[in-house]
Amino acid sequence: MRHIKYTEQAFFKFLTGFACYSVIGILCLIISIIFIKGVGSLSWEMISQAPKGGYYYGGDGGVLNAILGSLYVAGGAVLIAIVLGAPAALFINSFLFRYKRLQNIIRYFLDALWGIPSIVYGAFGFTIMLYFGMNASLLAGIITVACLITPIMIRSFDEVLSTIPTGLHEAALSLGSTRTELAFKVIFKQGLPGFVTAILLAFGRGIGDAASVLFTAGYTDQLPSGLHEPAATLPLAIFFQLSSPIPEVRGRAYSAAAILTCIILAITLISRLLVNKYSKNNLK
Amino acid sequence: MGRFRYSYNFITGKWMLVTLAVILCLPVIIGISLGIRSADLLHDNGLIDLLFSSAWAPSKGEFGFLPFILSSLYVTIIAFVLAAPVCLLAAMYITQFSKPRMMKIMYPVADVMAGIPSVIYGMWGIIVIIPFVRDVLAPLFNVHTTGYSILSGGIVLAVMCIPYMLNMLIESFKTVPQGLRESALALGATHWQMVKHVVVRKSFPGILSAFGLGITKAFGETLAVMMVVGNVVQFSLNPFDPAYPLPALIANNFGEMMSIPMYDSALMFAALILLVVILIINLFFRYFIYRSKKIR
Amino acid sequence: MYNNENVILNQCPNTGKDSLNAISIRDLNVFADKTQILKSLNIDIPKHKITVILGPSGCGKTTLLKSMNRLTDLYKALEVSGQICIHGEDILLSHKDMSALRQKTGLLSQKPYPLPVSLYKNITYGPKLKGIKNKKILDKIVTRQLKEVGLWEEVKDRLNASPDCLSIGQQQRLCLARGLAVKPSIILADEPTSALDPTSSQIIEKQFMKIKKTYTIVLVTHVVRQAMRLADYVVFMHNGEIIETGGVEIFKNPKTDQMKEYLINGN
Repeated sequence: MRHIKYTEQAFFKFLTGFACYSVIGILCLIISIIFIKGVGSLSWEMISQAPKGGYYYGGDGGVLNAILGSLYVAGGAVLIAIVLGAPAALFINSFLFRYKRLQNIIRYFLDALWGIPSIVYGAFGFTIMLYFGMNASLLAGIITVACLITPIMIRSFDEVLSTIPTGLHEAALSLGSTRTELAFKVIFKQGLPGFVTAILLAFGRGIGDAASVLFTAGYTDQLPSGLHEPAATLPLAIFFQLSSPIPEVRGRAYSAAAILTCIILAITLISRLLVNKYSKNNLK
Repeated sequence: MGRFRYSYNFITGKWMLVTLAVILCLPVIIGISLGIRSADLLHDNGLIDLLFSSAWAPSKGEFGFLPFILSSLYVTIIAFVLAAPVCLLAAMYITQFSKPRMMKIMYPVADVMAGIPSVIYGMWGIIVIIPFVRDVLAPLFNVHTTGYSILSGGIVLAVMCIPYMLNMLIESFKTVPQGLRESALALGATHWQMVKHVVVRKSFPGILSAFGLGITKAFGETLAVMMVVGNVVQFSLNPFDPAYPLPALIANNFGEMMSIPMYDSALMFAALILLVVILIINLFFRYFIYRSKKIR
Repeated sequence: MYNNENVILNQCPNTGKDSLNAISIRDLNVFADKTQILKSLNIDIPKHKITVILGPSGCGKTTLLKSMNRLTDLYKALEVSGQICIHGEDILLSHKDMSALRQKTGLLSQKPYPLPVSLYKNITYGPKLKGIKNKKILDKIVTRQLKEVGLWEEVKDRLNASPDCLSIGQQQRLCLARGLAVKPSIILADEPTSALDPTSSQIIEKQFMKIKKTYTIVLVTHVVRQAMRLADYVVFMHNGEIIETGGVEIFKNPKTDQMKEYLINGN
């Protein structure tokens, strides 16, 4: 009778372990299925050529247009996010480092922004486009994705910056540096690895998001040629090809998914490595 | 030197302030611009009619959003019910029972899961979950289904919101001080009793905010759900039936948006509903977190 | 994990009811990965006295204390071997009922860690785990324990409030009351006054002097003055080894240089 609590403990220990390993299992399942399905039609042609005539009926070509388009969209968006996001994160942690309450309110707003789904950003980008009389284009896609990833960028940069001890702020200020110098010279330097991680993370989100570019970047079989031309993106390429009835085209969707997964895996693991390396050298 | 330094400081300082202000105003700007776009529709149909009517015939000018709203809620609830216990238990295992090495494995796992694009989850859903629901689960309950159903959407969504919840739960369990855990054990609690009585209670606000995050992520997810949920304008309580959540409505009808009058306005209104609901869920959970912190 | 063979060969020293010693430690070794934290310690802790374990920070005092109620299990990297006998029973042997074992000792940590429940439930947590469910008995336990640590008058009107509304000194006394409520025979105190102001520390010290008639108290501290005020028996540790043991007289005539130096610096 008195050992019921130990039975309960053993049961829950098993259950929690089971939950944990099943999460790992699900991830392995997803990744392995993507690669098993994708490896069949993976070829050099896939990543070196744009779709040619009859591509959507099983003809020659690849998804270079979408790969380049995605890189352009995500790259451009990251540039905007850096210009908007990095100063904002620095401001929170340099000018406001004494106002904990205000910081918390701002962080709450950022969290709320982070929770807004990408389709809403897509719709927002669309209204902006209508307002300025633009067509679906690379530029519109970049702006929309920038809106989406700036909060992500600020959040992850801010997470690193907020671990910098306040003693450092005070030391820098007492040595006579102004608050902006504190922000850009001291805090920024301390948080540089966090900055790189934030960029990588934002880039990963930007490259993988489909719902926001659905309205705004359009889709084309041409390689992206200018800011005012529409551009294809990799997630949309997968999405459109997946709905095709022709098996070859679906096969290409699978291999495009494998390519996208590879890019995401590389970005995520590099940023995790950076975080680990950084947190070892970080003073706590 | 002095003058340059002064103007440099002035410009960069103002720039930082401006960027922060712009970012913080973004939800308001989004809300207003979507609101302006959907004003026509609101003017013609009235808010109550739009939200609580289930007549959907855009070509006749009938826009009832009820089936979409209910579908969204249903799919979200299924996803939450499936994912929340798994995340809670897994986070307990990682922080309380396993070796510290497990934490090092779990962080990249959650990172990768959060990083995988939704279109890939959708594809995985079509390849794995749809046949699973159609050939394994449906016969169990003696129903016939194509597999494209609320349940499939819920399962795919559950997997997608695991990394967000798990990460936050781990963080909040980790902040429970070691001394508190030790004192519970010293009073004679078993390890599990300690976790149940002390760790969970101490990190209750963290658990709430993790759940809130999971729910908002599930509610707004578009592409993956759209690919597996069937997209039929109806609402039924049977999870093996197809449904049509709000985000899918917006994404799916984008092509014909400009050809039917008021349709674009309706889709922007759908986006506005999404935005408002998600901000409300956020506020709601914030309030609860605030309350629970106050009580203890 | 535990080196059981040695223990079976050696008989457990007498720490039963008729013995003068409450705890006997024989050949206790603790390794963290490959560094040795405790180096073959042998201590007998006398019953109903305050035993002070004195030593500089990082000398293994806390580890020694935590191995006395097997809280070392929480740290997977620690490897404990040897023998710790309480009530004639070696607690380092793999145990079935760890919670009963831990209820023989009460723990007071460096900082007060009140459980995240009301004052009342903080005290009843231990007895409830023991299986006491009767509301009247629990009420009685709460009253008695709070009176024992002199907290009753201060909190009797707000037993359902959160412990956060207490001062840190009151919280520490609450933790002491909570530990006493499970009726341990031994109190393990790990620098219990290091986070407190002098007044609260004094109250805690007074409590110790009062309750030592019925409890065996093991107090870890690095403060020489506190050790001099409270100790009946002193164990001086340095670098995981026991340098000197003895009654209060060793404050006046320390035999070793390390102890001499520590006493001079401490005063």
